[in-house]
Amino acid sequence: MSAPDREDRAGTPVIEFRDVGLTYPGPPPVEALKPCALRIDPSEYVTVVGPSGSGKSTFLNIVGLLDAPTAGTYLLDGVDTGTLPDAGRTALRGRRIGFVFQSFHLLPHRSAVENVCLAMLYNAVAVRRERTALAREALSRVGLGHRYDALPTRLSGGERQRVAIARALVARPALLLCDEPTGNLDSATADSVLGLLDELHADGMTVVVITHDPGVAGRAPRTITIRDGFLTEEDGLPRQERVGT
Amino acid sequence: MEPSRLHWRDLLAESFAGVLQRPARSVLTAVGTVLGVGTFVAVLGLTATTSAQVDTRFTTLTATEVTVEDTGGDGPEGAKGALSFPVDADRRIERLNGVEAAGVYWSVSAKQAAPVRSAPIGAAAAGDDPPVVAASSGVLRAARPTLEQGRIYDRWHDGGGQRVAVLGSSVAERLGVTTLETGPAVFIGQVPFTVVGIVEDTERMPELLTAVIVPRTAAQELWGGPQGERARMLVSTRLGAAVQIADEAPLALRAESPDHFRSVPPPDPKKLRSKVTSDLNQLFLVLAAVCLVIGAVGIANTTLVAVLERTSEIGLRRSLGARGRHVTGQFLTESAVLGTLGGLVGTSIGTLTVVIVAVVREWTPVVHPLTVAAAPVVGLLTGVLAGLYPAWRAARIQPVEALRR
Repeated sequence: MSAPDREDRAGTPVIEFRDVGLTYPGPPPVEALKPCALRIDPSEYVTVVGPSGSGKSTFLNIVGLLDAPTAGTYLLDGVDTGTLPDAGRTALRGRRIGFVFQSFHLLPHRSAVENVCLAMLYNAVAVRRERTALAREALSRVGLGHRYDALPTRLSGGERQRVAIARALVARPALLLCDEPTGNLDSATADSVLGLLDELHADGMTVVVITHDPGVAGRAPRTITIRDGFLTEEDGLPRQERVGT
Repeated sequence: MEPSRLHWRDLLAESFAGVLQRPARSVLTAVGTVLGVGTFVAVLGLTATTSAQVDTRFTTLTATEVTVEDTGGDGPEGAKGALSFPVDADRRIERLNGVEAAGVYWSVSAKQAAPVRSAPIGAAAAGDDPPVVAASSGVLRAARPTLEQGRIYDRWHDGGGQRVAVLGSSVAERLGVTTLETGPAVFIGQVPFTVVGIVEDTERMPELLTAVIVPRTAAQELWGGPQGERARMLVSTRLGAAVQIADEAPLALRAESPDHFRSVPPPDPKKLRSKVTSDLNQLFLVLAAVCLVIGAVGIANTTLVAVLERTSEIGLRRSLGARGRHVTGQFLTESAVLGTLGGLVGTSIGTLTVVIVAVVREWTPVVHPLTVAAAPVVGLLTGVLAGLYPAWRAARIQPVEALRR
C-alpha cells in the first residue's frame, strides 16, 4: 500500500456504518447489534467498551469482516463490503485490517520473525527475503529488535502481544483492530502494551480497541459503549438516534 | 480488490513447517505408509528376483530337456511288447541339429526281470528287488551322470546286445558290489550282467540312481518290449533348441507314422515363472494394499486431529487473508508430504529387504526401475487421498469460531 494511495483517501472514513445491524436467525431471532450509524476517521483512537454479552464480539466480527451484517451498509476504507464476494472480503480483511487478539494467536513452533511474516504470506509481498526484512522492521518498531528468532514459548506475555502487534502492523493496514489486547496480561505489562498502542496512534495509525476494562477504555480520546446491542457514544447520545441526522 | 493468493513455494514451505513442527508424530503417522510402500516394493522386488532365479535354473536344465512318449500301437516287436521306437532311435534323434544326446528307456517289469542278485544262487538282496531299467546308451549320456567307478556303456554295447549293467550307487551297495576291479556281475533272473559302472549322481532322471540299468537291446532280446508302462525317450538339447527338437522328433523317429509319439517340450519359462510367483505375489500385494489403507487411515486420522488442534491457527490464517482454498491446500499438502516421505522411506526399506534376502540366498537382486519410481508416487497418492477429508473440514472452519478460542 503506497503513500499516495493513503493520501487519496485522506477524507474517507476508515469505518463507516450506515444502519448496520446484525440479527442471528432464530428461533427466536436474536438482534445482536441494533441498526446503527458510526464513523471512525483515519488516525482516530477509539475504544469500544461493554459488559460481556453486550454485542462487543458481534461488533468486532462485523468490523473485522469475519461476519457480514444482516442490515445496512458497512464501508471499510471507502469500500462497500456488502457487495464484495467472499474472496474479496478475505482479501480486504487481510490487507486493510491488522488483528490483535486477547490470546495472541501466535504459532508456537515458529520464531517471532516467522510469525510476523505470516501476515504477508497471503498478500502483496511475494519475496521471502523482503518479508523477513519487513518483519524485522516491525519487530524493532514494537521494541523486540533483540528477539527476532525467539519462539513464542520463550517470550513473556507482553512480548508475545508485541509480536502479535508487529504482525498486525507489518502489512501496513488501514485499521488496527484489537480485541481485549490486555486481557491476558498483568497490569504493568498491559500498561506497556497500551503505551505502544498510544505511540502507534501518535504515529497516525487508526486504532480500535475492544475491551471490557474501563481503565483501558479511558486511555482513548473517544469511547463507544455497547449495551444490549445498542451502540452509544460517550457524549450520551445513542448512535441509533443519529441515524439520518 | 484482487483476491489473496499464495505462492506454491510458500505453500510448500508452510506445509513442511507444519509437518516438521511435530516430528515424532509425523514419523509415527508415516509408519503405515512406510510399511505399505515397503511391502509393495519388497514383494515386487522379491518376485522379480525369484523369477530371475527361476529363469537361471530353468535355462541350465529344464529348458534343454525334451521327452518323447510312445503312444503308438503295437510296433514291429509287438509280440513281445509294444515299442514304437525304431532300433536306431538314438542315432536318428542325435543326428538332429541341436541335440546333445538322446536315448530310449523303459522299466522292465518285475515279473520278467527278477530276482536281482549278486550271485547265481542264494538269497535275493534284502527288501524289494531293485527296478531294472532298459535304456539305450544315449539315456545315460543325456542324464549326465557322475560316475563313482567304471564307465557307462556305449553304443557298441547297445548294438551287440551286450549283457552289461550300470548300477545306481545305492543299488550297488545293497547288492554288495563295492569294487569293479574283480569284474563283478549281477544276475537278473538267471542271466549274468557284467557291472561296468556305478553312478553316484545324475543331473536328470534321478530314478536311475536306484535302478539296475541295462542296454535296451539286451533287455529286448531277453524280455521283449515294455510291458505296461510305455517306453520314453529322453533328449538332451542345446540351449534354445528344445522346442524345435520337440517338433521334429516324431518325424525323425518314424516319418511314416509320427503320430505314434508325443513330444513334451519344456514348459514355457514365462508360464512357469508366473505360476511359481503369481499366487504368493497376489497374497503379498493384497497385504501391501492393506498396509497402505492402514497408512492412509493413519494419515487421515492424524491430519484430522491436527486440523482440530490447529483450529485457532486456521482462524488466524483466515484473519490474515487466507482463503478457504489456501487452508485446504496447506493441509492437503501436509498430508501429501507425509505420504511422500513415507513412500520414500518405504521404497528404501523395501529395496533393502530385497537386497538382503538376495544376498542371504546368493541370488541376484532384481528390482524393476518402474517399481522404485512408482512407489513414492503411491505414497503421495495415499497422502493426498487421506488428506482430502481433513483438508475439506479445515476449509469449512469459520474464522469467527476459530478465533474465539
